[in-house]
Amino acid sequence: MDFLDNLNGFVNALPGAVAEGLIWGIMAIGLFITYKLLEISDLTVDGSFCTGGAVCAAMMTAGFNVWFAMLMAFLSGMAAGWVTGFLHTKCKIPAILASILTQLGLWTVNMAVMGMRSTMAILAVNNDVMVAMVFLEEVALGMKPFFYHPILTVGLFSAVIIGLLYWFFGTERGASIRATGANVHMARAQGINTDFNKVLGLMLANGLVALSGSLLAQYKGSAEINMGRGAIVIGLAAIIIGEVTFGKLFKNFALRLVAVSLGAIIYYIVIQMVISLIDVDAQYMKLFSAAVVAVFLTVPNLQKGKARHKKERKEVQNA
Amino acid sequence: MLELSHVWKTFNAGTVNEKVALQNLNLKLEPGDFVTVIGGNGAGKSTMLNAVAGVFPVDEGSILIDGQDVSALPEYKRAKLIGRVFQDPMMGTAATMQIEENLALAARRGKPRTLRSGITAAERAEYREKLKILDLGLEDRMTSKVGLLSGGQRQALTLLMATLQQPKLLLLDEHTAALDPKTAAKVLEATKKIVESSNLTTLMITHNMRDAIAYGNRLIMMYDGHVVVDVRGEEKKALTVERLLDLFSQASGSDEVSDKLILS
Ligand SMILES: Nc1ncnc2c1ncn2[C@@H]1O[C@H](COP(=O)(O)OP(=O)(O)OP(=O)(O)O)[C@@H](O)[C@H]1O
Ligand SMILES: [Mg+2]
Repeated sequence: MDFLDNLNGFVNALPGAVAEGLIWGIMAIGLFITYKLLEISDLTVDGSFCTGGAVCAAMMTAGFNVWFAMLMAFLSGMAAGWVTGFLHTKCKIPAILASILTQLGLWTVNMAVMGMRSTMAILAVNNDVMVAMVFLEEVALGMKPFFYHPILTVGLFSAVIIGLLYWFFGTERGASIRATGANVHMARAQGINTDFNKVLGLMLANGLVALSGSLLAQYKGSAEINMGRGAIVIGLAAIIIGEVTFGKLFKNFALRLVAVSLGAIIYYIVIQMVISLIDVDAQYMKLFSAAVVAVFLTVPNLQKGKARHKKERKEVQNA
Repeated sequence: MLELSHVWKTFNAGTVNEKVALQNLNLKLEPGDFVTVIGGNGAGKSTMLNAVAGVFPVDEGSILIDGQDVSALPEYKRAKLIGRVFQDPMMGTAATMQIEENLALAARRGKPRTLRSGITAAERAEYREKLKILDLGLEDRMTSKVGLLSGGQRQALTLLMATLQQPKLLLLDEHTAALDPKTAAKVLEATKKIVESSNLTTLMITHNMRDAIAYGNRLIMMYDGHVVVDVRGEEKKALTVERLLDLFSQASGSDEVSDKLILS
Protein backbone atom coordinates (compact mmCIF):
# COMPACT_ATOMS: atom_id res chain seq x y z
CA MET A 1 0.00 0.00 0.00
CA ASP A 2 2.79 2.28 1.04
CA PHE A 3 4.73 1.40 -2.07
CA LEU A 4 1.73 2.03 -4.31
CA ASP A 5 1.36 5.44 -2.74
CA ASN A 6 4.99 6.10 -3.48
CA LEU A 7 4.63 4.86 -7.03
CA ASN A 8 1.68 7.13 -7.51
CA GLY A 9 3.69 10.03 -6.17
CA PHE A 10 6.53 9.19 -8.54
CA VAL A 11 4.27 9.08 -11.57
CA ASN A 12 2.78 12.42 -10.61
CA ALA A 13 6.22 13.92 -10.16
CA LEU A 14 7.44 12.61 -13.52
CA PRO A 15 6.50 15.59 -15.73
CA GLY A 16 8.19 17.90 -13.25
CA ALA A 17 11.32 15.75 -13.28
CA VAL A 18 11.41 15.77 -17.07
CA ALA A 19 10.96 19.54 -17.20
CA GLU A 20 13.65 20.14 -14.63
CA GLY A 21 15.93 17.67 -16.40
CA LEU A 22 15.46 19.56 -19.66
CA ILE A 23 16.40 22.83 -17.98
CA TRP A 24 19.55 21.33 -16.48
CA GLY A 25 20.18 19.75 -19.88
CA ILE A 26 20.86 23.21 -21.32
CA MET A 27 23.47 23.78 -18.62
CA ALA A 28 24.94 20.35 -19.39
CA ILE A 29 25.17 21.27 -23.07
CA GLY A 30 27.18 24.32 -22.03
CA LEU A 31 29.42 22.10 -19.95
CA PHE A 32 29.77 19.74 -22.92
CA ILE A 33 31.50 22.56 -24.82
CA THR A 34 34.18 23.03 -22.20
CA TYR A 35 34.50 19.50 -20.84
CA LYS A 36 34.20 17.51 -24.05
CA LEU A 37 35.17 19.87 -26.86
CA LEU A 38 37.83 21.97 -25.16
CA GLU A 39 38.82 19.38 -22.53
CA ILE A 40 38.77 22.01 -19.81
CA SER A 41 37.31 21.26 -16.39
CA ASP A 42 35.39 24.47 -15.89
CA LEU A 43 34.06 24.95 -12.38
CA THR A 44 32.84 28.46 -13.21
CA VAL A 45 29.46 26.88 -13.89
CA ASP A 46 28.59 26.45 -10.21
CA GLY A 47 28.69 30.24 -9.98
CA SER A 48 27.52 31.31 -13.42
CA PHE A 49 24.40 29.14 -13.16
CA CYS A 50 23.26 31.23 -10.22
CA THR A 51 24.39 34.41 -11.97
CA GLY A 52 21.92 33.61 -14.72
CA GLY A 53 19.11 33.08 -12.23
CA ALA A 54 19.98 36.18 -10.23
CA VAL A 55 20.30 38.47 -13.23
CA CYS A 56 17.03 37.21 -14.66
CA ALA A 57 15.23 37.71 -11.33
CA ALA A 58 16.70 41.17 -10.85
CA MET A 59 15.85 42.27 -14.38
CA MET A 60 12.29 41.01 -14.18
CA THR A 61 11.80 42.54 -10.76
CA ALA A 62 12.96 45.81 -12.28
CA GLY A 63 10.18 45.45 -14.81
CA PHE A 64 12.04 44.21 -17.88
CA ASN A 65 10.49 41.72 -20.22
CA VAL A 66 11.43 38.05 -19.82
CA TRP A 67 13.27 37.79 -23.15
CA PHE A 68 15.43 40.75 -22.35
CA ALA A 69 16.06 39.42 -18.84
CA MET A 70 17.19 36.09 -20.30
CA LEU A 71 19.41 37.81 -22.84
CA MET A 72 21.09 39.69 -20.01
CA ALA A 73 21.44 36.45 -18.08
CA PHE A 74 23.16 34.90 -21.11
CA LEU A 75 25.51 37.87 -21.46
CA SER A 76 26.38 37.88 -17.77
CA GLY A 77 27.27 34.20 -18.03
CA MET A 78 29.50 35.02 -21.00
CA ALA A 79 31.20 37.68 -18.91
CA ALA A 80 31.89 35.10 -16.20
CA GLY A 81 33.34 32.76 -18.82
CA TRP A 82 35.50 35.56 -20.12
CA VAL A 83 36.97 36.14 -16.65
CA THR A 84 37.92 32.47 -16.34
CA GLY A 85 39.33 32.54 -19.86
CA PHE A 86 41.35 35.64 -19.13
CA LEU A 87 42.77 34.20 -15.91
CA HIS A 88 43.66 31.01 -17.74
CA THR A 89 45.09 32.26 -21.03
CA LYS A 90 46.52 35.64 -20.10
CA CYS A 91 47.50 35.12 -16.45
CA LYS A 92 48.52 31.51 -17.20
CA ILE A 93 46.60 30.13 -14.22
CA PRO A 94 45.66 26.45 -14.67
CA ALA A 95 42.11 26.31 -16.03
CA ILE A 96 40.60 24.46 -13.10
CA LEU A 97 42.06 26.90 -10.58
CA ALA A 98 41.09 29.91 -12.69
CA SER A 99 37.52 28.66 -12.79
CA ILE A 100 37.45 28.10 -9.02
CA LEU A 101 38.58 31.70 -8.51
CA THR A 102 35.83 32.99 -10.78
CA GLN A 103 33.29 30.79 -9.07
CA LEU A 104 34.27 32.10 -5.64
CA GLY A 105 34.16 35.70 -6.81
CA LEU A 106 30.78 35.16 -8.43
CA TRP A 107 29.24 34.32 -5.07
CA THR A 108 29.63 37.96 -4.04
CA VAL A 109 28.52 39.19 -7.45
CA ASN A 110 25.41 37.02 -7.29
CA MET A 111 24.58 38.28 -3.80
CA ALA A 112 25.02 41.85 -4.99
CA VAL A 113 22.76 41.26 -8.00
CA MET A 114 20.07 40.01 -5.62
CA GLY A 115 20.46 43.05 -3.35
CA MET A 116 22.66 41.23 -0.82
CA ARG A 117 19.94 38.72 -0.07
CA SER A 118 20.25 35.01 -0.65
CA THR A 119 17.01 34.65 -2.62
CA MET A 120 15.01 36.73 -5.02
CA ALA A 121 11.52 35.81 -6.20
CA ILE A 122 10.20 35.77 -9.76
CA LEU A 123 6.68 34.56 -9.13
CA ALA A 124 4.59 33.53 -12.09
CA VAL A 125 1.58 35.33 -10.62
CA ASN A 126 3.38 38.64 -10.80
CA ASN A 127 5.59 38.13 -13.82
CA ASP A 128 5.17 37.07 -17.40
CA VAL A 129 7.63 34.18 -17.14
CA MET A 130 8.47 31.61 -19.82
CA VAL A 131 8.31 28.58 -17.59
CA ALA A 132 6.97 27.87 -14.13
CA MET A 133 6.31 24.78 -12.10
CA VAL A 134 2.69 25.86 -11.64
CA PHE A 135 2.18 25.73 -15.41
CA LEU A 136 2.43 21.93 -15.18
CA GLU A 137 -0.75 21.84 -13.17
CA GLU A 138 -2.45 24.71 -14.92
CA VAL A 139 -2.02 23.07 -18.32
CA ALA A 140 -3.17 19.73 -16.93
CA LEU A 141 -6.31 21.39 -15.54
CA GLY A 142 -6.97 23.23 -18.78
CA MET A 143 -6.39 26.64 -17.22
CA LYS A 144 -3.64 27.37 -19.74
CA PRO A 145 -3.24 26.28 -23.37
CA PHE A 146 -0.99 23.25 -23.98
CA PHE A 147 1.93 25.25 -25.34
CA TYR A 148 2.54 26.67 -21.87
CA HIS A 149 3.60 23.21 -20.75
CA PRO A 150 7.19 23.51 -19.41
CA ILE A 151 8.31 20.32 -21.16
CA LEU A 152 7.19 21.80 -24.46
CA THR A 153 8.66 25.26 -23.88
CA VAL A 154 12.01 24.07 -22.59
CA GLY A 155 12.11 21.25 -25.12
CA LEU A 156 11.67 23.75 -27.94
CA PHE A 157 14.24 26.02 -26.39
CA SER A 158 16.74 23.17 -26.19
CA ALA A 159 16.07 22.19 -29.79
CA VAL A 160 16.80 25.73 -30.98
CA ILE A 161 20.02 25.86 -28.94
CA ILE A 162 21.16 22.49 -30.26
CA GLY A 163 20.39 23.63 -33.80
CA LEU A 164 22.39 26.82 -33.38
CA LEU A 165 25.35 24.99 -31.82
CA TYR A 166 25.27 22.41 -34.59
CA TRP A 167 25.53 25.18 -37.12
CA PHE A 168 28.23 27.06 -35.20
CA PHE A 169 30.53 24.11 -34.64
CA GLY A 170 30.33 23.38 -38.34
CA THR A 171 31.67 26.82 -39.28
CA GLU A 172 35.34 27.67 -39.75
CA ARG A 173 35.46 29.24 -36.31
CA GLY A 174 33.53 26.43 -34.64
CA ALA A 175 35.73 23.77 -36.25
CA SER A 176 38.81 25.65 -35.07
CA ILE A 177 37.45 25.53 -31.50
CA ARG A 178 37.00 21.78 -31.79
CA ALA A 179 40.55 21.48 -33.12
CA THR A 180 41.83 23.54 -30.19
CA GLY A 181 40.37 21.01 -27.78
CA ALA A 182 41.31 17.96 -29.84
CA ASN A 183 44.99 18.84 -30.34
CA VAL A 184 46.36 22.18 -29.31
CA HIS A 185 49.72 21.60 -31.10
CA MET A 186 48.02 20.81 -34.36
CA ALA A 187 45.69 23.78 -33.96
CA ARG A 188 48.56 26.23 -33.48
CA ALA A 189 50.52 24.68 -36.33
CA GLN A 190 47.45 25.35 -38.50
CA GLY A 191 47.45 29.00 -37.49
CA ILE A 192 44.60 28.82 -35.00
CA ASN A 193 44.65 31.32 -32.13
CA THR A 194 44.06 28.70 -29.44
CA ASP A 195 43.93 31.15 -26.53
CA PHE A 196 41.22 33.18 -28.21
CA ASN A 197 39.25 30.03 -28.95
CA LYS A 198 39.48 28.83 -25.37
CA VAL A 199 38.11 32.14 -24.12
CA LEU A 200 35.37 32.07 -26.74
CA GLY A 201 34.41 28.51 -25.79
CA LEU A 202 34.32 29.37 -22.10
CA MET A 203 32.13 32.39 -22.82
CA LEU A 204 29.69 30.46 -24.96
CA ALA A 205 29.51 27.62 -22.44
CA ASN A 206 28.89 29.86 -19.45
CA GLY A 207 26.38 31.91 -21.41
CA LEU A 208 24.35 28.75 -21.89
CA VAL A 209 24.85 27.76 -18.25
CA ALA A 210 23.50 31.15 -17.13
CA LEU A 211 20.60 30.86 -19.55
CA SER A 212 19.75 27.53 -17.99
CA GLY A 213 19.99 29.16 -14.55
CA SER A 214 17.57 31.86 -15.63
CA LEU A 215 15.08 29.19 -16.73
CA LEU A 216 15.41 27.29 -13.46
CA ALA A 217 14.86 30.44 -11.44
CA GLN A 218 11.66 31.11 -13.38
CA TYR A 219 10.58 27.50 -13.06
CA LYS A 220 11.10 27.43 -9.30
CA GLY A 221 9.79 30.92 -8.75
CA SER A 222 13.02 32.33 -7.36
CA ALA A 223 16.75 32.65 -7.76
CA GLU A 224 18.70 31.32 -4.82
CA ILE A 225 22.36 31.81 -3.95
CA ASN A 226 23.03 28.06 -3.71
CA MET A 227 21.08 27.03 -6.79
CA GLY A 228 24.26 26.31 -8.75
CA ARG A 229 26.06 24.34 -6.08
CA GLY A 230 27.04 20.99 -7.56
CA ALA A 231 25.90 22.05 -11.03
CA ILE A 232 29.10 20.68 -12.53
CA VAL A 233 28.34 17.26 -11.08
CA ILE A 234 24.83 17.28 -12.51
CA GLY A 235 26.23 18.40 -15.85
CA LEU A 236 28.88 15.70 -15.90
CA ALA A 237 26.28 13.13 -14.91
CA ALA A 238 24.09 14.22 -17.81
CA ILE A 239 26.98 14.09 -20.28
CA ILE A 240 28.13 10.68 -19.13
CA ILE A 241 24.67 9.13 -18.85
CA GLY A 242 23.87 10.45 -22.32
CA GLU A 243 27.09 9.02 -23.70
CA VAL A 244 26.71 5.62 -22.05
CA THR A 245 23.07 5.30 -23.08
CA PHE A 246 23.10 6.72 -26.59
CA GLY A 247 26.80 6.86 -27.51
CA LYS A 248 26.64 3.87 -29.86
CA LEU A 249 23.61 5.27 -31.63
CA PHE A 250 24.25 9.01 -31.70
CA LYS A 251 27.47 9.83 -33.54
CA ASN A 252 26.40 13.04 -35.23
CA PHE A 253 27.26 16.21 -33.32
CA ALA A 254 23.67 17.42 -32.98
CA LEU A 255 22.60 14.01 -31.74
CA ARG A 256 25.41 13.99 -29.21
CA LEU A 257 23.97 17.20 -27.80
CA VAL A 258 20.51 15.64 -27.80
CA ALA A 259 22.02 12.77 -25.83
CA VAL A 260 23.32 15.23 -23.23
CA SER A 261 19.85 16.69 -22.85
CA LEU A 262 18.32 13.22 -22.58
CA GLY A 263 21.04 12.30 -20.08
CA ALA A 264 19.94 15.17 -17.85
CA ILE A 265 16.33 14.01 -18.08
CA ILE A 266 17.28 10.45 -17.16
CA TYR A 267 19.32 11.78 -14.26
CA TYR A 268 16.35 13.71 -12.90
CA ILE A 269 13.98 10.81 -13.34
CA VAL A 270 16.36 8.54 -11.43
CA ILE A 271 16.76 11.11 -8.68
CA GLN A 272 13.00 11.50 -8.48
CA MET A 273 12.63 7.74 -8.36
CA VAL A 274 15.08 7.43 -5.50
CA ILE A 275 13.39 10.22 -3.59
CA SER A 276 9.81 9.09 -4.03
CA LEU A 277 10.10 5.31 -4.22
CA ILE A 278 12.77 4.62 -1.64
CA ASP A 279 11.85 7.57 0.51
CA VAL A 280 15.38 8.87 0.75
CA ASP A 281 15.79 12.20 2.47
CA ALA A 282 16.61 14.81 -0.18
CA GLN A 283 19.62 15.85 1.90
CA TYR A 284 21.35 12.60 0.96
CA MET A 285 21.07 13.28 -2.72
CA LYS A 286 24.28 15.29 -3.10
CA LEU A 287 26.40 12.48 -1.70
CA PHE A 288 24.48 10.02 -3.83
CA SER A 289 24.99 12.07 -7.03
CA ALA A 290 28.68 12.57 -6.32
CA ALA A 291 29.15 8.84 -5.82
CA VAL A 292 27.22 7.98 -8.99
CA VAL A 293 29.25 10.40 -11.09
CA ALA A 294 32.52 9.13 -9.57
CA VAL A 295 31.56 5.60 -10.60
CA PHE A 296 30.56 6.67 -14.10
CA LEU A 297 33.83 8.55 -14.55
CA THR A 298 35.81 5.52 -13.38
CA VAL A 299 34.24 2.83 -15.52
CA PRO A 300 35.47 4.05 -18.95
CA ASN A 301 39.02 4.31 -17.57
CA LEU A 302 38.89 0.77 -16.24
CA GLN A 303 37.75 -0.45 -19.63
CA LYS A 304 40.53 1.47 -21.34
CA GLY A 305 43.04 -0.02 -18.91
CA LYS A 306 41.81 -3.51 -19.64
CA ALA A 307 42.05 -2.98 -23.39
CA ARG A 308 45.61 -1.73 -23.00
CA HIS A 309 46.64 -4.70 -20.89
CA LYS A 310 45.19 -7.02 -23.46
CA LYS A 311 47.12 -5.27 -26.22
CA GLU A 312 50.35 -5.35 -24.25
CA ARG A 313 49.94 -9.02 -23.51
CA LYS A 314 49.39 -9.67 -27.19
CA GLU A 315 52.50 -7.72 -28.07
CA VAL A 316 54.53 -9.71 -25.57
CA GLN A 317 53.19 -12.92 -27.06
CA ASN A 318 53.98 -11.82 -30.57
CA ALA A 319 57.48 -10.69 -29.70
CA MET B 1 63.90 32.39 -47.61
CA LEU B 2 64.90 31.68 -44.03
CA GLU B 3 67.55 33.61 -42.23
CA LEU B 4 68.63 32.88 -38.69
CA SER B 5 71.25 35.20 -37.31
CA HIS B 6 73.00 34.99 -33.96
CA VAL B 7 70.20 33.01 -32.39
CA TRP B 8 70.58 31.95 -28.75
CA LYS B 9 68.26 29.86 -26.65
CA THR B 10 68.80 28.67 -23.09
CA PHE B 11 66.35 26.39 -21.32
CA ASN B 12 65.82 26.61 -17.56
CA ALA B 13 68.24 29.52 -17.25
CA GLY B 14 69.61 30.01 -13.77
CA THR B 15 68.75 26.54 -12.53
CA VAL B 16 70.78 23.34 -12.23
CA ASN B 17 69.03 22.16 -15.38
CA GLU B 18 70.28 25.10 -17.38
CA LYS B 19 70.92 24.06 -20.97
CA VAL B 20 72.15 26.25 -23.75
CA ALA B 21 70.37 24.60 -26.68
CA LEU B 22 71.19 27.13 -29.41
CA GLN B 23 74.51 28.95 -29.39
CA ASN B 24 75.00 31.73 -31.85
CA LEU B 25 73.17 29.82 -34.54
CA ASN B 26 73.44 31.22 -38.06
CA LEU B 27 71.74 29.75 -41.09
CA LYS B 28 70.54 31.11 -44.38
CA LEU B 29 68.33 29.17 -46.78
CA GLU B 30 67.85 30.13 -50.40
CA PRO B 31 64.41 29.77 -51.97
CA GLY B 32 63.89 26.15 -52.98
CA ASP B 33 66.63 24.78 -50.74
CA PHE B 34 65.85 21.27 -49.52
CA VAL B 35 68.15 20.93 -46.53
CA THR B 36 68.63 17.76 -44.53
CA VAL B 37 69.72 18.27 -40.93
CA ILE B 38 71.75 15.76 -38.93
CA GLY B 39 73.47 15.82 -35.56
CA GLY B 40 73.66 13.83 -32.34
CA ASN B 41 71.06 13.72 -29.61
CA GLY B 42 70.69 17.07 -27.96
CA ALA B 43 72.56 18.92 -30.71
CA GLY B 44 69.70 21.41 -30.93
CA LYS B 45 68.02 20.30 -34.15
CA SER B 46 64.50 20.23 -32.80
CA THR B 47 65.12 23.38 -30.83
CA MET B 48 66.11 25.14 -34.04
CA LEU B 49 62.90 24.07 -35.80
CA ASN B 50 60.78 24.96 -32.80
CA ALA B 51 62.45 28.36 -32.59
CA VAL B 52 61.63 28.99 -36.25
CA ALA B 53 58.04 27.82 -35.75
CA GLY B 54 57.67 30.04 -32.69
CA VAL B 55 56.92 27.34 -30.13
CA PHE B 56 58.96 29.50 -27.76
CA PRO B 57 60.64 32.89 -28.16
CA VAL B 58 64.42 32.92 -28.57
CA ASP B 59 66.67 34.79 -26.12
CA GLU B 60 68.69 36.63 -28.73
CA GLY B 61 69.06 36.96 -32.46
CA SER B 62 66.61 37.35 -35.29
CA ILE B 63 64.57 35.01 -37.45
CA LEU B 64 63.53 36.16 -40.91
CA ILE B 65 61.16 34.25 -43.13
CA ASP B 66 60.87 35.55 -46.68
CA GLY B 67 62.35 38.83 -45.52
CA GLN B 68 59.84 39.25 -42.69
CA ASP B 69 61.12 39.35 -39.10
CA VAL B 70 58.98 36.84 -37.25
CA SER B 71 60.98 36.78 -33.99
CA ALA B 72 58.21 38.51 -32.07
CA LEU B 73 55.24 36.72 -33.65
CA PRO B 74 53.36 34.01 -31.75
CA GLU B 75 53.32 30.48 -33.10
CA TYR B 76 49.83 30.67 -34.60
CA LYS B 77 50.71 33.77 -36.61
CA ARG B 78 53.92 32.29 -37.99
CA ALA B 79 51.89 29.27 -39.06
CA LYS B 80 50.75 31.33 -42.02
CA LEU B 81 54.26 30.96 -43.46
CA ILE B 82 55.18 27.52 -42.18
CA GLY B 83 54.09 23.93 -42.77
CA ARG B 84 55.15 21.42 -40.14
CA VAL B 85 55.29 17.69 -39.60
CA PHE B 86 56.31 16.43 -36.18
CA GLN B 87 58.17 13.33 -35.07
CA ASP B 88 55.17 12.13 -33.08
CA PRO B 89 52.40 11.03 -35.48
CA MET B 90 49.85 12.05 -32.81
CA MET B 91 50.96 15.68 -32.82
CA GLY B 92 50.11 16.80 -36.32
CA THR B 93 46.46 15.83 -36.60
CA ALA B 94 43.30 16.04 -34.51
CA ALA B 95 42.43 12.43 -33.70
CA THR B 96 38.79 13.02 -32.84
CA MET B 97 38.08 14.86 -36.08
CA GLN B 98 37.49 13.47 -39.54
CA ILE B 99 40.16 13.26 -42.24
CA GLU B 100 38.36 15.88 -44.33
CA GLU B 101 37.86 18.14 -41.31
CA ASN B 102 41.59 18.02 -40.60
CA LEU B 103 42.33 18.93 -44.20
CA ALA B 104 39.79 21.75 -44.13
CA LEU B 105 41.43 23.17 -41.01
CA ALA B 106 44.80 23.05 -42.74
CA ALA B 107 43.46 24.62 -45.92
CA ARG B 108 42.57 27.67 -43.83
CA ARG B 109 46.02 28.07 -42.31
CA GLY B 110 46.81 31.77 -42.00
CA LYS B 111 43.30 32.84 -42.92
CA PRO B 112 40.70 34.30 -40.56
CA ARG B 113 38.28 31.73 -39.16
CA THR B 114 34.88 33.08 -40.07
CA LEU B 115 31.30 31.91 -39.65
CA ARG B 116 31.32 30.46 -43.12
CA SER B 117 30.96 26.72 -43.49
CA GLY B 118 33.99 24.81 -42.20
CA ILE B 119 34.17 22.69 -45.34
CA THR B 120 32.57 22.96 -48.77
CA ALA B 121 31.62 20.40 -51.40
CA ALA B 122 34.22 21.76 -53.80
CA GLU B 123 36.90 21.27 -51.16
CA ARG B 124 35.86 17.68 -50.61
CA ALA B 125 36.41 16.93 -54.28
CA GLU B 126 39.79 18.64 -54.19
CA TYR B 127 40.89 16.72 -51.07
CA ARG B 128 39.83 13.45 -52.62
CA GLU B 129 42.18 14.11 -55.55
CA LYS B 130 45.04 15.10 -53.27
CA LEU B 131 44.57 12.06 -51.05
CA LYS B 132 44.81 9.84 -54.10
CA ILE B 133 48.36 11.04 -54.64
CA LEU B 134 49.34 9.60 -51.24
CA ASP B 135 48.22 6.20 -52.51
CA LEU B 136 47.05 5.01 -49.09
CA GLY B 137 43.37 4.58 -49.86
CA LEU B 138 42.47 7.53 -47.64
CA GLU B 139 40.37 9.10 -50.40
CA ASP B 140 37.66 6.52 -49.65
CA ARG B 141 37.70 7.18 -45.90
CA MET B 142 37.38 10.93 -45.81
CA THR B 143 34.80 10.98 -43.04
CA SER B 144 36.73 8.53 -40.83
CA LYS B 145 38.17 9.88 -37.61
CA VAL B 146 41.92 10.39 -37.93
CA GLY B 147 42.41 8.47 -34.67
CA LEU B 148 41.61 5.29 -36.60
CA LEU B 149 44.59 5.72 -38.93
CA SER B 150 48.01 4.13 -38.55
CA GLY B 151 51.06 6.22 -37.66
CA GLY B 152 52.28 6.21 -41.25
CA GLN B 153 48.90 7.25 -42.60
CA ARG B 154 48.74 10.03 -40.06
CA GLN B 155 52.20 11.31 -41.01
CA ALA B 156 51.33 11.23 -44.69
CA LEU B 157 48.13 13.13 -43.93
CA THR B 158 50.03 15.66 -41.83
CA LEU B 159 52.46 16.15 -44.70
CA LEU B 160 49.58 16.81 -47.06
CA MET B 161 48.04 19.20 -44.53
CA ALA B 162 51.33 21.07 -44.16
CA THR B 163 51.53 21.68 -47.89
CA LEU B 164 47.86 22.16 -48.76
CA GLN B 165 48.41 25.90 -48.45
CA GLN B 166 51.80 26.35 -50.04
CA PRO B 167 54.10 27.33 -47.15
CA LYS B 168 57.14 29.55 -47.47
CA LEU B 169 58.95 27.00 -45.37
CA LEU B 170 58.41 23.33 -44.63
CA LEU B 171 59.75 21.98 -41.32
CA LEU B 172 60.07 18.22 -40.88
CA ASP B 173 61.34 16.97 -37.54
CA GLU B 174 62.24 13.30 -37.93
CA HIS B 175 58.82 12.79 -39.38
CA THR B 176 59.53 9.18 -40.35
CA ALA B 177 61.36 8.13 -37.18
CA ALA B 178 58.33 6.59 -35.51
CA LEU B 179 57.40 4.50 -38.56
CA ASP B 180 58.42 1.03 -39.65
CA PRO B 181 61.10 1.03 -42.39
CA LYS B 182 58.71 0.29 -45.23
CA THR B 183 56.22 2.98 -44.26
CA ALA B 184 59.05 5.38 -43.54
CA ALA B 185 60.38 4.93 -47.07
CA LYS B 186 56.92 5.53 -48.49
CA VAL B 187 56.39 8.73 -46.50
CA LEU B 188 59.87 9.90 -47.44
CA GLU B 189 59.15 9.35 -51.12
CA ALA B 190 55.90 11.28 -50.79
CA THR B 191 57.88 14.05 -49.09
CA LYS B 192 60.32 14.22 -51.96
CA LYS B 193 57.51 14.28 -54.50
CA ILE B 194 55.67 17.10 -52.75
CA VAL B 195 58.76 19.18 -51.99
CA GLU B 196 60.09 18.93 -55.53
CA SER B 197 56.80 19.49 -57.32
CA SER B 198 56.15 22.72 -55.41
CA ASN B 199 59.80 23.65 -55.07
CA LEU B 200 59.34 24.12 -51.31
CA THR B 201 62.07 25.49 -49.11
CA THR B 202 62.49 22.66 -46.61
CA LEU B 203 64.36 21.76 -43.45
CA MET B 204 64.28 18.03 -42.76
CA ILE B 205 65.81 16.56 -39.63
CA THR B 206 66.77 12.92 -39.83
CA HIS B 207 68.84 10.46 -37.85
CA ASN B 208 69.48 8.38 -40.90
CA MET B 209 72.72 9.52 -42.57
CA ARG B 210 71.94 7.71 -45.78
CA ASP B 211 68.61 9.54 -46.09
CA ALA B 212 70.34 12.79 -45.27
CA ILE B 213 72.76 12.19 -48.11
CA ALA B 214 70.19 10.85 -50.56
CA TYR B 215 67.62 13.61 -50.18
CA GLY B 216 67.84 17.33 -50.72
CA ASN B 217 70.35 19.66 -52.32
CA ARG B 218 72.08 20.66 -49.13
CA LEU B 219 73.07 19.04 -45.84
CA ILE B 220 73.88 20.65 -42.53
CA MET B 221 75.20 19.06 -39.37
CA MET B 222 74.53 20.55 -35.97
CA TYR B 223 76.68 20.22 -32.90
CA ASP B 224 76.37 22.04 -29.60
CA GLY B 225 73.60 24.34 -30.75
CA HIS B 226 75.02 25.56 -34.03
CA VAL B 227 75.81 24.48 -37.57
CA VAL B 228 79.26 22.86 -37.92
CA VAL B 229 79.03 21.36 -41.40
CA ASP B 230 77.26 22.82 -44.40
CA VAL B 231 77.55 20.96 -47.71
CA ARG B 232 75.72 21.83 -50.90
CA GLY B 233 75.67 21.51 -54.68
CA GLU B 234 78.13 19.14 -56.32
CA GLU B 235 79.86 18.43 -53.04
CA LYS B 236 76.56 17.28 -51.57
CA LYS B 237 75.91 15.01 -54.54
CA ALA B 238 79.30 13.36 -54.10
CA LEU B 239 78.89 12.92 -50.36
CA THR B 240 79.45 9.55 -48.66
CA VAL B 241 78.96 8.49 -45.06
CA GLU B 242 82.75 8.26 -44.57
CA ARG B 243 83.30 11.74 -45.94
CA LEU B 244 80.53 13.04 -43.70
CA LEU B 245 82.12 11.54 -40.58
CA ASP B 246 85.40 13.00 -41.66
CA LEU B 247 83.91 16.45 -42.00
CA PHE B 248 82.35 16.08 -38.61
CA SER B 249 85.51 15.17 -36.75
CA GLN B 250 87.28 18.07 -38.40
CA ALA B 251 84.52 20.46 -37.38
CA SER B 252 84.13 19.26 -33.83
CA GLY B 253 87.85 18.67 -33.34
CA SER B 254 87.40 15.12 -32.14
CA ASP B 255 86.61 11.79 -33.72
CA GLU B 256 85.26 10.05 -30.69
CA VAL B 257 82.01 11.95 -31.11
CA SER B 258 81.59 10.51 -34.55
CA ASP B 259 80.88 7.11 -33.00
CA LYS B 260 78.19 8.73 -30.90
CA LEU B 261 76.79 10.25 -34.05
CA ILE B 262 76.51 6.94 -35.83
CA LEU B 263 75.03 5.23 -32.85
CA SER B 264 72.43 7.87 -32.25
N1 LIG C 1 61.51 22.46 -23.67
C1 LIG C 1 62.72 22.18 -23.19
N2 LIG C 1 63.02 22.40 -21.90
C2 LIG C 1 64.25 22.14 -21.43
N3 LIG C 1 65.25 21.66 -22.15
C3 LIG C 1 65.03 21.41 -23.44
C4 LIG C 1 63.76 21.66 -24.03
N4 LIG C 1 63.83 21.33 -25.34
C5 LIG C 1 65.08 20.89 -25.55
N5 LIG C 1 65.81 20.94 -24.42
C6 LIG C 1 67.23 20.58 -24.30
O1 LIG C 1 67.93 21.26 -25.29
C7 LIG C 1 68.93 20.42 -25.88
C8 LIG C 1 68.71 20.33 -27.35
O2 LIG C 1 67.53 19.55 -27.58
P1 LIG C 1 66.91 19.24 -29.00
O3 LIG C 1 65.63 18.59 -28.75
O4 LIG C 1 66.93 20.45 -29.82
O5 LIG C 1 67.94 18.19 -29.58
P2 LIG C 1 67.90 17.40 -30.92
O6 LIG C 1 69.08 17.79 -31.70
O7 LIG C 1 66.58 17.54 -31.57
O8 LIG C 1 68.10 15.94 -30.39
P3 LIG C 1 67.38 14.57 -30.79
O9 LIG C 1 68.17 14.05 -31.91
O10 LIG C 1 67.52 13.74 -29.57
O11 LIG C 1 65.97 14.88 -31.13
C9 LIG C 1 68.82 19.10 -25.15
O12 LIG C 1 69.79 19.06 -24.15
C10 LIG C 1 67.46 19.11 -24.54
O13 LIG C 1 67.43 18.38 -23.34
MG1 LIG D 1 64.84 16.28 -31.87
